[in-house]
Amino acid sequence: MTINQERIEEVTEALPGHFGPYGGRFVPEALTAALDELDAAFRAAMTDPAFAKELSDLERDYTGRPSIMTRAHRFAEYCGGAHIYLKREDLNHTGSHKINNVLGQALLTRRMGKKRVIAETGAGQHGVASATAAALLGLECTVYMGEEDTKRQALNVARMKLLGADVIPVTTGSRTLKDAINEAMRDWVTTVDRTHYLLGTVTGPAPFPEMVRTFHSVIGREAREQILTLEGRLPDAAVACVGGGSNAMGLFSGFMDDESVQLRGYEAGGEGVETGRHAARFAAGTPGVLHGARTYVMQDEWGQTISSHSISAGLDYPGVGPEHAWLHDTGRAIYEAVNDDEAMNAFQILSKTEGIIPAIETAHALAGAMRLGQELGPDSLIVINLSGRGDKDVETAARWFNIPLGDR
Amino acid sequence: MNPRLAAVFETAAAEDRAALIGYLPAGFPDHTSSIELFNAMTDAGVDAIEVGLPYSDPLMDGPAIQEAVSIALKSGTTTDVVLDILEQISAHGATALVMSYWNPIERYGVLRFAERLASAHGVGVITPDLTPEEAGPWSAATDAFGIDRVFLVAPSSTQVRIKTVTTATSGFVYAASTMGVTGARGQVSSAAPQLVARVRESTRLPIAVGLGVSTGAQAKDVAQYADGVIVGSAFVNAILQATDHSAALRAVTQLATELSAGVRGEA
Repeated sequence: MTINQERIEEVTEALPGHFGPYGGRFVPEALTAALDELDAAFRAAMTDPAFAKELSDLERDYTGRPSIMTRAHRFAEYCGGAHIYLKREDLNHTGSHKINNVLGQALLTRRMGKKRVIAETGAGQHGVASATAAALLGLECTVYMGEEDTKRQALNVARMKLLGADVIPVTTGSRTLKDAINEAMRDWVTTVDRTHYLLGTVTGPAPFPEMVRTFHSVIGREAREQILTLEGRLPDAAVACVGGGSNAMGLFSGFMDDESVQLRGYEAGGEGVETGRHAARFAAGTPGVLHGARTYVMQDEWGQTISSHSISAGLDYPGVGPEHAWLHDTGRAIYEAVNDDEAMNAFQILSKTEGIIPAIETAHALAGAMRLGQELGPDSLIVINLSGRGDKDVETAARWFNIPLGDR
Repeated sequence: MNPRLAAVFETAAAEDRAALIGYLPAGFPDHTSSIELFNAMTDAGVDAIEVGLPYSDPLMDGPAIQEAVSIALKSGTTTDVVLDILEQISAHGATALVMSYWNPIERYGVLRFAERLASAHGVGVITPDLTPEEAGPWSAATDAFGIDRVFLVAPSSTQVRIKTVTTATSGFVYAASTMGVTGARGQVSSAAPQLVARVRESTRLPIAVGLGVSTGAQAKDVAQYADGVIVGSAFVNAILQATDHSAALRAVTQLATELSAGVRGEA
């Protein structure tokens, strides 16, 4: 007998907080009240003009929005002659898209009367953004980060500490993002009356996937308007890398109803999907429940999570946002894996052709666009979410390309 | 309600005491030792056994159970091994439930899991991260095979929420005594008696209190207001601290004896 999948779909599809059979809430009962409170605060804020104004003022005066759209002429030569535009989330304050969500949730934290935020981080981008927002709004901040990642991203650990956050290295499990989330959940269930869990991506129990997507939807709204102004037409494809999938959901949400626009997500193929050392949930995962939501999960036949691998700490996660799972199943978005070497090649090409060093996460989207441009042909129009800058990755990249690091 | 689980609480009530429920991860430290440890619990007076299904991401558990689960997984404890252990300890006389995070059950197949659990003579399943809203197919499966499904309430649960949870629950209600993860604590949370009182307003099901109970004295205290006392991390700690398997068996027997006296008001 196999799992009665139709039954699960039939039962859960109608419930709020679901994307088809995906999403939902699979959490200890102790967190239910906090999730209900958060859901109510989020919905009230969304209809409150004062909240909208406060958030958009911060986006303009603090983040530096709208982020610009850059035409990448020289990089386009590597994309089969497609016209390439980069949505420059790397130019946001703190260097990535993560600040969009963090400011929204930090304002909600204040509305809920809570004084402390906790966050998980992989590459450190979300941790840095959380520490930044906490400093700005006077909140206490603790960031959980896998010990493995604290080594890969030592610079971001220092940044978080300079911003006044506590960084706790997580030494359980695979010592990466998945385990950082476990520890953050354990903290939250213990301190929930005064703490908000500032989850950094479109995963987790409802309302997180919907809420985080909403706070990032500014990316897609701006991108759509900008490309129409610049080119007078919609793009043929919107491209993003997908770890948990927040920058992708932000971009995709702007084009969701434009049927002519392909939505393309690129997940981490690591050393190759065939090697087993990857983070390719769609290529090699199956539906399951992880960290509070039903989604695609890298798991074995018994439902135990399989550790993921990627050169990019931010994509090194065995689950993915539940809305992506639904977009995948319905065919609205297409997901492919990009291996470490392919991503690093794109990383170097963008650096040398456009003078923009991307985050290694983002390099997966760039590599995807190089493939996609060949597929769509010359004069096709592609918008890539340049989700983060690569300063944090200089050391990793220098090692990859055998660039000596001076006296170190 | 599964008649064997019901009998555990009826017997305890008839003796004017609380039932003692003991937890260990299955396969900890290995398949064979694990069966002997569970049997030692039963022999020393534990009324019902929670057989933990080891899961890679136990986000409700503290350090002791995390470590035990990690050892169990490394020793090759699959869902089929858990069900084998369940069957063997049931044959030894245990009234046994499985405690599992949701994903392994969904992966195994909800109907298949319920069917195998029933045929291994298990009486129920405790699912700490399954909410009643997501439990439609699970309720149908557990009903079909006559096993109980136990959901949790917490100090943060509203009265409306407690009603929702207790309506979905069968067998007994698991009251998590404190806001936090599993682990032995110096004191059982003062939130526990209030929570039990609030749950009683919503249901006539037996109520068992878990999280933080580790000594006979604590068990005695909890037994004054709850129908069942659940002890997990203390058993795990006793085994982790033992120098070898026979020392672990002695430690488990000693703790079970102490707790068993506790639920009888004798500590």
